[in-house]
Amino acid sequence: MSDTETNNSLSTRALSRALANRRLRHWRGIKDRIARHGISVGGVGAILAIILIFFYLLWVVIPLFKPADTEPVASYALPGGSNDPTLHLALEEQTEVGLRVTQSGRAVFFATDTGKVMLDEELAVPAGAKVTAFAAGDSRSAVFALGLDDGRALVVKHNYRVTFPNDIRRIDPEIEYPLGPDPVSLDTQGRPLVHLAAQVAEEEATLAGVTDDGRAIMLTLTKEESLLGGGEWEQTRADLTPPENAVQRVIVDFDQQELYLADRAGSLAYYDLANKSTPRLIETVSVLAPDETLTSLEFLTGGISLLVGGSSGSLAQWFPVRDEQNNYSLHKVREFDALGAAVSRIAPEFARKGFLAADQKGGLGIYHTTAHRTVLTTSLAETPVTQLAVSPRANALLAQDAAGEVIFWRVHNEHPDVSWSGLWGKVWYESYPEPDYIWQSSAATDDFEPKYSLVPITFGTLKAAFYAMLFAVPLAIMGAVFTAYFMAPAMRQAVKPVIEIMEALPTVILGFLAGLWLAPFIEKHLPGVFSLLLILPIGVVLFAYLWHRLPRNIRLWVPEGWEAALLIPVVCLIGWAAIAVSQPIEESFFGGDVRIWMSTQLGIGFDQRNSIVVGLAMGFAVIPTIFSIAEDAIFGVPRHLTQGSLALGATPWQTLTRVVILTASPGIFSAIMIGLGRAVGETMIVLMATGNTPVMDWSIFQGMRTLSANIAVEMPESEVNSSHYRVLFLAAMVLFLATFVFNTAAEIVRQRLRKKYSSL
Amino acid sequence: MTTGIKKWFESGSPWVWLTAAAVSTSVIMVAGLLLLISVNGLNHFWPKPIMEVDYLKAPGEVIRVFGMVRESEEVPRSRIEESGLFVDSEEERVTRHLLKIGNRDAQGFDFGWFLDSNIRDRRYPENLMALERREWGDLIGYLKNVKQQDRIVATGEAAVPELEKRLKRALELFAQIREIEKDDIGSVNYALERLRLQERKLELKDALTPARKDVIARDRAAQDKRYEKLRVRLSELYEQINRDSLTAEIMDGRELEVPLAKAVRVYWPNALSWPQRVGFFLEKTWEFVADEPREANTEGGIFPAIFGTVMMVIVMSIFVTPAGVIAAVYLREYAKQGPITRLVRIAVNNLAGVPSIVYGVFGLGFFVYFLGGNLDQLFFPEALPAPTFGTPGIFWAALTLALLTMPVVIVATEEGLARIPSSIREGSLALGATKVETLWRTVLPMASPAMMTGLILAIARAAGEVAPLMLVGVVKLAPSLPLDGNAPFIHLERKFMHLGFHIYDVGFQSPNVEAARPLVYATSLLLVLVIVVLNLAAIGIRNHLREKYRALEGG
Repeated sequence: MSDTETNNSLSTRALSRALANRRLRHWRGIKDRIARHGISVGGVGAILAIILIFFYLLWVVIPLFKPADTEPVASYALPGGSNDPTLHLALEEQTEVGLRVTQSGRAVFFATDTGKVMLDEELAVPAGAKVTAFAAGDSRSAVFALGLDDGRALVVKHNYRVTFPNDIRRIDPEIEYPLGPDPVSLDTQGRPLVHLAAQVAEEEATLAGVTDDGRAIMLTLTKEESLLGGGEWEQTRADLTPPENAVQRVIVDFDQQELYLADRAGSLAYYDLANKSTPRLIETVSVLAPDETLTSLEFLTGGISLLVGGSSGSLAQWFPVRDEQNNYSLHKVREFDALGAAVSRIAPEFARKGFLAADQKGGLGIYHTTAHRTVLTTSLAETPVTQLAVSPRANALLAQDAAGEVIFWRVHNEHPDVSWSGLWGKVWYESYPEPDYIWQSSAATDDFEPKYSLVPITFGTLKAAFYAMLFAVPLAIMGAVFTAYFMAPAMRQAVKPVIEIMEALPTVILGFLAGLWLAPFIEKHLPGVFSLLLILPIGVVLFAYLWHRLPRNIRLWVPEGWEAALLIPVVCLIGWAAIAVSQPIEESFFGGDVRIWMSTQLGIGFDQRNSIVVGLAMGFAVIPTIFSIAEDAIFGVPRHLTQGSLALGATPWQTLTRVVILTASPGIFSAIMIGLGRAVGETMIVLMATGNTPVMDWSIFQGMRTLSANIAVEMPESEVNSSHYRVLFLAAMVLFLATFVFNTAAEIVRQRLRKKYSSL
Repeated sequence: MTTGIKKWFESGSPWVWLTAAAVSTSVIMVAGLLLLISVNGLNHFWPKPIMEVDYLKAPGEVIRVFGMVRESEEVPRSRIEESGLFVDSEEERVTRHLLKIGNRDAQGFDFGWFLDSNIRDRRYPENLMALERREWGDLIGYLKNVKQQDRIVATGEAAVPELEKRLKRALELFAQIREIEKDDIGSVNYALERLRLQERKLELKDALTPARKDVIARDRAAQDKRYEKLRVRLSELYEQINRDSLTAEIMDGRELEVPLAKAVRVYWPNALSWPQRVGFFLEKTWEFVADEPREANTEGGIFPAIFGTVMMVIVMSIFVTPAGVIAAVYLREYAKQGPITRLVRIAVNNLAGVPSIVYGVFGLGFFVYFLGGNLDQLFFPEALPAPTFGTPGIFWAALTLALLTMPVVIVATEEGLARIPSSIREGSLALGATKVETLWRTVLPMASPAMMTGLILAIARAAGEVAPLMLVGVVKLAPSLPLDGNAPFIHLERKFMHLGFHIYDVGFQSPNVEAARPLVYATSLLLVLVIVVLNLAAIGIRNHLREKYRALEGG
């Protein structure tokens, strides 16, 4: 009974144990599976996270090269009545309010999305006078002028007051008269004005007009500050010699320094307004092809470049270029893709060097001058576009077609200012004598033309890397050869950690020493540094020969493979000697100061933080990388190869050059590639050891700016998602790709080599 | 003889010597660099004697100069004469000394070059005093008297013990003031800011009921009261600390009065005995490591930079270790070995070679602006438009560096895993262990030193990396540490200071480079020491490991 009970309990226990075992096994299986999946997910995730870098960079860069996009919002009949022709359209900054100036002298403000009139104001045109000419001032000044039939002109400014009652934005348009509500008399003879130009700044205003009898007159108003605070406008009048043909258009630039008179055939008279009482005609240039007529002429923002539109749809940019004698002449800088029909309107953007152009068939083109880019061409209307305005932020446009419809579109055009040709090609920038590679991303003024040429900084990167490699490759490869092939194992044990420490030294310390210690040191001992290049190898060989001639028992003090240790004091001594003779050399050959001698005798400028300093400091950083990989490759050459060579009677040196190096050459190549990758991407050293000026010059005595240093300097200041920000990301991507290519090539070569060694 | 040379050249032996010279040069460069940093860095803390000289400024014009020699150099006489200075020598080359003359407030500059040839008489008077101040750098001069509220309490020799006594009191008071200003008032401000955010948060949620408003107002009143109390106490302390001042005669004979509230340390360098000098050296070294910077980082210590570096590295390690190890385990133990894993391995290897600035750009764009911006929208809308995580800070810096150092950890761990003989895994599996048990109980413990090596190398790299940090969170002077006594104690969104960036900033962006240079050397020395020690540790562990596995494979 008890037996069976025991049996029973035993079997149940066994059963339960088996059950428990099975449960345990089941649980262990589950754990195993969970771990498997967890680790797989985690591992793949971690690896993806690193790979994400590339795709994120790409994602930020891509919008730079996307074309612009437009989105029709509304179109409606002319606000304020269609029987009164439109002279001018304008948009306010928030794109909520549009302005239409009419022939009868009204300013009609309307809501852009519905066309509902918000304010319809009669401008202060004197009773009985008729508007015969219109001029828009610089778009940022929001000034326009009406030319009257009595030779007078009325200057008007549209302004928008923004308030936030109850946290809701409210925009109230208003009209101001910067020169007072009375029109100023332009033509003293009182003839009607047929063409007009106007620019009004804080202290100065310029009006230029052409009368119906063909005279061209200019009037300058200068504000005389009176003691009471108010100001009086002082007038200066001047007559311009009109061109032979009837004037079609007159324009004055924003700074009131230049004036252009154009006739129908495209002949442009260029006046210099430096002296307001006697404008000087500089030259007359034909800006169109012989069979074309001029249909549009506007200033690009900044008032330097002219945009010329012709009857065949041609669009070109012209600006004055200064030659070596300081004389200006107009040059055609670039042509843009032609529109389908005669250019009817050109609307320059406010803050960027871009513009919109519309044609007689209703086509629209959006362009950028610096980038030389057609960002978009599309059809805006069925009929000719008669008026065109762009919003201050270039995110909307307002147009009127011949059928009397007003069209309001949104424009998505974030980065027209960057193009492949602008990044990598020569660009003719405003005020430059010729096309050039320039990096200058920002300036104090907002009508500045950003210059995003990656060429000078890429050049700087390569220059820095070149000088670094020039210093590092011979030292590292030779050192690796000796360490792997000749050095005694005990010494090798000591040298390898030293090189590893060298690799681990933070580059900020190398950069700091390069900038604050090495640069002044080299400046002071320039002849010594160069003589070291010569003295060091000669001295070492000389010492080796003398050592070789020493009696055998002395030579045996230093066992084979310890030559490097023996040479340490020798190299120190030679280095000291080279620096010590630096002074006498300078005294006797270079008149006491090498730098002055170089600049007067050779015309070479000397920068304290120059390529020598960068080359040495960055070379120092790269040596251990190259050394370790090359040493590995040489050390890994199978022993039987070298032993075979030695057994056949070759000397160790012959074996080295004809067997070992040859076999290990792919490894040495990959070491150099990886070193190059590191030199290209190094940031802190170049940031601290060069002057960071983006010059293109191979001179060893000049500095440079590299891609990486450029990013470090400019990235914190660049506005998020601006073109500048994205161009810096592009620079980072260039660095990423360059190093990735170098490293991949090196890695593949190394893997092949490893396979080769194992098969040998 | 010539045939001997020829034969010797043919044997290739000169080339062998040249390659040996390359090794020697490299080793000398490393040693020289370490020596340069050590000498310059430590020299900063050693007290230097003050020289008093009669200096011939122009023929017949002798001035008195006090100064510590910072460096000396030889220059051609012509160059000095061109700059219009008088040289009292006919030698071609003359020696000049850069003297730290101090008293920037009175003399306009605290360093000057003086020609050795123009020095008439050199003395080292024992009673020449150096006074370190909180503003305007050091004062060098003779102590005239000590005043208490404009009443002279001691003059001449008797002033010395009086000054030491009163300076001690002033320093104690200063410590109290600082504690109140920094800790107590800081915590009041912090509490007030939190209340403001709380209120704004409720307002955004439309849940700001009058009851809650009352609670907030009450809390605010309590903080205001606390602040008022502190303010009263503070003005008392200020009154006390401003009681004493000293008067000193500087080199041009003027007398300068310095309130003791502005003094940090006073010493008579020419009178120091050797043990005192060592004591001074140790004191200065301790100040450097443990104190906060003064005078736009050119004086005082670098404690916040050390703290910031360490904290950033710790946060980074928390991220990089598990991620790197899991990735390596996956690659080595789970992933099917084939062309794809090979490709991934190459990619990971290559990422170790991608320039660090690229990681910085990525960190700024992705972590700070993209992730941080979205986090702010989701969790910290009350602080907007001021960003919380949408601005560079220590967390993003740590994450960026974690990404940067991940390849290092992956490669090292993988290498460790690869070294473990497969017999060990097979043995464990044969005994019935599941794969994860094998991993957890045998493989990973054996590979742990390799992981350790990877982590140490990662830390060493992170501690020295500066370029990416400049984009994602480092600042020249952080107002508060990322760890303090205000709940939640750890503030990962704050900006921080970093040793490497400190070197760059003080060495290159500082207005007074001459004064800052020794400090930069000292900072470099500290950073180099940390990195060398970390690397030697990693090398040591690795070598030990290799020996171990060699034994394992042999057995």
